[in-house]
Amino acid sequence: MSVTYDEFAARKRRSFALSFFRRLFKEKPLGAIGGVIFVILLFTGIFANFLAPHGYNEINPIDRLQAPSAKYFFGTDNLGRDLFSRVIYGARLSVIIGFSATTISIILSTIIGLFTGFVGGKVDLVVQRFVDAWMCFPGLIILIVAVSFVGPGMIQVIGILGLQYGIAGSRIIRGSVVSTRENMYVEAARAVGASTIRQMLRHILPNIMAPIIVLFTTRIAAVILAEASMSFLGLGVPPPAPSWGGMLSGNGRDYMYLAPWLAIFPAIALAVVVYGINVFGDAIRDLLDPRLKGGSGRYSGSNVQIKRQAKQKEAKAA
Amino acid sequence: MRDFLIRRLLALIPTLFFATIIVFFAIRITPGSIIDLMVTQHDIDASGTSREKIRHALGLDVPIYIQYGTWVKNIVLHGDLGRSLWKETAVVDEVKERLPITFELGVLGLVIALIIAFPVGIYSAMRQDTAGDYIGRTIAILGLAVPGFVIGTWVMVFPSMWWGWSPPLQYVPLLKDPVANLKMFLIPSVILGASMSAVTMRMTRTMMLEVLRQDYIRTAWAKGLKELLVVRRHALKNTLIPVITLIGLQLPILIGGTVIIEQIFALPGMGLLMLEAINQRDYPIITGLMLVMGLVILLINVLVDLSYGYLDPKVRYK
Repeated sequence: MSVTYDEFAARKRRSFALSFFRRLFKEKPLGAIGGVIFVILLFTGIFANFLAPHGYNEINPIDRLQAPSAKYFFGTDNLGRDLFSRVIYGARLSVIIGFSATTISIILSTIIGLFTGFVGGKVDLVVQRFVDAWMCFPGLIILIVAVSFVGPGMIQVIGILGLQYGIAGSRIIRGSVVSTRENMYVEAARAVGASTIRQMLRHILPNIMAPIIVLFTTRIAAVILAEASMSFLGLGVPPPAPSWGGMLSGNGRDYMYLAPWLAIFPAIALAVVVYGINVFGDAIRDLLDPRLKGGSGRYSGSNVQIKRQAKQKEAKAA
Repeated sequence: MRDFLIRRLLALIPTLFFATIIVFFAIRITPGSIIDLMVTQHDIDASGTSREKIRHALGLDVPIYIQYGTWVKNIVLHGDLGRSLWKETAVVDEVKERLPITFELGVLGLVIALIIAFPVGIYSAMRQDTAGDYIGRTIAILGLAVPGFVIGTWVMVFPSMWWGWSPPLQYVPLLKDPVANLKMFLIPSVILGASMSAVTMRMTRTMMLEVLRQDYIRTAWAKGLKELLVVRRHALKNTLIPVITLIGLQLPILIGGTVIIEQIFALPGMGLLMLEAINQRDYPIITGLMLVMGLVILLINVLVDLSYGYLDPKVRYK
């Protein structure tokens, strides 16, 4: 049975995607859980309007600081707003900011890393020193200082986060580009006259997609955490935006003595989401490129390991 | 070794230059023209001629590179970082007052982070994929996911609710009363250290796994040495040396973390000064602090790199 090359390639691509998910659930159960959490976050964020029983800014002074009940699943805050709805809308905020800022940052990182890594030479040296200098300043400091200049607001926060993580991540992309450009096919492309841009886009870029995808996932978690930190300090998206970090803000701490649920639920949401995305990103990294450092091999020789492997073999034989 | 030293110090110069450029750029783009500010503050008439005079007095009518040069000269020769807009003090004095506290917090946090990260990371690698490994890795990712400000807020809120106890909040200088000082710094440092230990723990585990797969380790097993002896004598140094350079990279995150911790526990350090300055839009302090933080981190990174050159025999004996 003969198959055209395109059909063969298509079949290979499909089976890669399927086998990826099968490997995810079989070999890395923790990562699969992280993936599920990620999907739940997306779902909650997109359908927040339908899932939340109340609005995120429905002020009900009569019902303020009520404990969790059937009417208000997570209780109410000091303005009588339903905490459950605010946490759900918080998911939407995190999804929006997380995805937009991460997309901007990945595009920026790829442009910088691809260009400097491929071209090399003086351009690379100068840009790398600039990136070094940028990374000397603590990320959070850059973020809050930038907010003090451009003012609070969702668009500003997204832009600032994108810029900061874009520059910081260019280092990683550049590393992959530098190792990919040593391959023979790049030289071959250059030999038959491919322009620099064509070499970059057609030959290097597809081969660095794995690190880019891994970077994307880890960045989302970092961006969500960074936005929460900024809002905690009161320098993120301004109220009444339902940011999880803002809900845990120092300003609301006085009310937490009276209503501890205010300090619990947004924190749990934040921790679960960041944890899940991180674990998912780890699993993706291990699956997509086992050669990447991460310890997917085994070290043999220790008595403990040898005894354990022997026991396993016995158990299997029995 | 000498080549390494020279190369590292040469790389310092452009990075330093770019770092100052970044801060200078930040100074230049602060919102609100400084001329308008002075006009309103000192009740001068806002006509064209007096504005020209103020421009000249502030040195704003010279080309930008001369402004940059004057600014750098002021800093290097006079140690003059400008004056606060609201308080009547020089920026340098404010920073000098707050630096020791942040320094102490940072050092304690780093020490605690290392005390947690190294043993757990090494154990995790030695017992890879056992329950101990998974517990260690889960703790590490939890440390990453649960933000410092969440734990800090919980530590402030819940003990006072349940047991009527709250952490000591009155600052006592180290020299006056070391015990009280350390008691005060204990909880903030632990929280800071715990958040930081997560990344170091994972990196230690990764490096350890890689080292343990080397041939010379296998030789040691083959000789019949005890596991602990192999780890201690052969594996440990090779693992820890690269991790030390990682600590240099962690430094910006550490300082960013101090901002949040100082806000929660009301420690009068540089982080809190930065927050106050941002809330008051006191731009000279903001930019001055940015410069100090950037320079300190840059310097420590250089020291860490140089020490790496000394510790790694492959570099030292070159």
